[in-house]
Amino acid sequence: MAGRSSGRTPGGRTLYDKLWDAHVVADMGEGAALLYIDRHLVHEVTSPQAFDGLRLNGRKPWRLAANLAVADHNVPTTRRDSGIADPTSRAQVDALDSNCAEFGITEFRMSDPRQGIVHVIGPEQGATLPGMTVVCGDSHTSTHGAFGALAFGIGTSEVEHALATQTLVQKKARNMRVTVRGAVGPGITAKDIVLAVIGRIGTAGGTGCAIEFAGEAIAALSMEGRMTVCNMAIEAGARAGLIAVDATTVDYVKGRPFAPSGADWERAVAAWNELHSDADARFDREVEVDAASIKPQVTWGTSPEMVAPVDGRVPDPAAEADAVKRQGLERALTYMGLRPNMPIDEIAIDKVFIGSCTNSRIEDLRAAAGVVAGKRIAANVKLAMVVPGSGLVKRQAEQEGLDRVFRAAGFEWREPGCSMCLGMNADRLSPGERCASTSNRNFEGRQGQGGRTHLVSPAMAAAAAIAGRFVDVRSV
Amino acid sequence: MQPFTVVTGLVAALDRANVDTDAIIPKQYLKSIKRTGFGPFLFDDWRYLDPGDLDIDPATRRANPDFVLNQPRYRGASILLARENFGCGSSREHAVWALADYGFRAVIAPGFADIFFNNSFKNGFLPIVLAPDEVDALFREAGAADYRLTLDLPAQTVTTPSGRVLRFDIDPFRKDCLVRGLDEIGLTLQQADAIRAYEARRRAEAPWLFA
Ligand code: SF4
Repeated sequence: MAGRSSGRTPGGRTLYDKLWDAHVVADMGEGAALLYIDRHLVHEVTSPQAFDGLRLNGRKPWRLAANLAVADHNVPTTRRDSGIADPTSRAQVDALDSNCAEFGITEFRMSDPRQGIVHVIGPEQGATLPGMTVVCGDSHTSTHGAFGALAFGIGTSEVEHALATQTLVQKKARNMRVTVRGAVGPGITAKDIVLAVIGRIGTAGGTGCAIEFAGEAIAALSMEGRMTVCNMAIEAGARAGLIAVDATTVDYVKGRPFAPSGADWERAVAAWNELHSDADARFDREVEVDAASIKPQVTWGTSPEMVAPVDGRVPDPAAEADAVKRQGLERALTYMGLRPNMPIDEIAIDKVFIGSCTNSRIEDLRAAAGVVAGKRIAANVKLAMVVPGSGLVKRQAEQEGLDRVFRAAGFEWREPGCSMCLGMNADRLSPGERCASTSNRNFEGRQGQGGRTHLVSPAMAAAAAIAGRFVDVRSV
Repeated sequence: MQPFTVVTGLVAALDRANVDTDAIIPKQYLKSIKRTGFGPFLFDDWRYLDPGDLDIDPATRRANPDFVLNQPRYRGASILLARENFGCGSSREHAVWALADYGFRAVIAPGFADIFFNNSFKNGFLPIVLAPDEVDALFREAGAADYRLTLDLPAQTVTTPSGRVLRFDIDPFRKDCLVRGLDEIGLTLQQADAIRAYEARRRAEAPWLFA
């Protein structure tokens, strides 16, 4: 049978198969389908050209209520009330405001207390629900897969397509499962798990696949932790990350503004309880990781797969036999300003960034605050900043007194947004500056031209801020 | 959309793996709300020695003589040759817009990141996957002066100057859209009844999705 069978292995269905099947509007053969989109999240960077396309062709959004918009990439994290100083950033946020107003799309504007990073506010509002297809013009849409939703990033042409038709033409991905067996040791977080997985399978390891994360260590994670793991599925090359629905998922969703209530709630929960891979489901690829072996992770290079445990060392390119890989290593070490074989815990840092859609939720801030409480940032750290993922995260953190803990330790406490994750606003690294960052990409120039990014967990970033270099958070 | 049928063009060889979309078009250019004009900023951090921005005239900047695309021999190149995992990272379609605006019509690599791959087809831009050893061979040959390839999308072939013919795979739907330069949204809207029928059925099953 051409079409539906592609990507399906015999036996029961995977979670991905179930989500796919439930959203097929029309089978297009050869494994492709017209897929229905339940939720479309919109932000200012990848949408203006899509709205222009609608206008140009005289088209309207197909189902307004499916869309939710927020500005996050360009928003300033200081002095919010005086607006956006950079005229091009301001023009882009203004364009989102006027496009949403013109077409009638719900938007959390910059002054709205619910404003925040698109991947933080979707789940926080209950706009992301189990069993949904969720898309956004942003690769880290994989985050929402933590809810047993099929969530993936799209380009601007597809943003326009989703707006105009509430569907996308998609090709079915292959099924991959990463099982993290057993329990992680004390002090090991979701970020360490996912970095260790990427170190193992590589940044193209999940290309063409939807990765389901499974195993005891994943089941033991909170929703915040699961979002961190699925967020970085894209960094393993997968378009989507997925985690089965369980009581943790349902408890998190309950009572959120966009979540169902009353009789709908009971029906929804009954449906969501089916959102797991069947016991006899077969995967195209399986990887197993022993949770107990995972140590705190620090990236040393310019790709998330260039990662080592904190007690490890920077690799030596001379030891690499493959010429293309050796060149890649040499280029990375030159860019990062590191010596071959250098111990990771001898790398001193200039800045610390705690934030981004990977690690800016309340639990992340609590973990970081727990490490810095009663201490001061090291003298060599020029700037340490905390950027909460949303206005609501910020408010909760303030109610818990976390802002005071951070400030007392010498951190800056900022307004929510993407901030120095990619530096489209004023927050960025200067050339040569080295940053311990809880974000997701350490590409050349990602946090500012010439900037050097080391990806770590919030607790590890906090520990680095205090020590002025990377240290094993389990020993502080 | 510009149709893609047969393209013969000069090949520029970019010998790097994991070329990410931040490298193809850095973040400061994503503030543009247009679809065009990104060509001068393609590979910006590698291509220029001084920092750039939307409001800085690229003609006033210092080109990096060591970057391959700045070599005079690659002027007018329309086919890019690259290594594994091209286009990884962010979903920014600006990466494809920048490549196309610069004058590239296609990239040949052993593998692409999914979103970049998908975005390409929406812009009359062809990503061609060839086996790693075939790409290796092209890299060796591309050292020759004025190295040109012929890409024949209807026939799904790449022909080298010596007449060697390499076949590539492509999804039939994508191929058809690209060859005919079709508007995918228009095509989908022809299925409006199917979409409405799906919504009616789904609304009955899972009303909370339509709240
Ligand atoms: S926080 Fe970073 S990765 Fe996440 S959406 Fe914003 S820019 Fe993208």
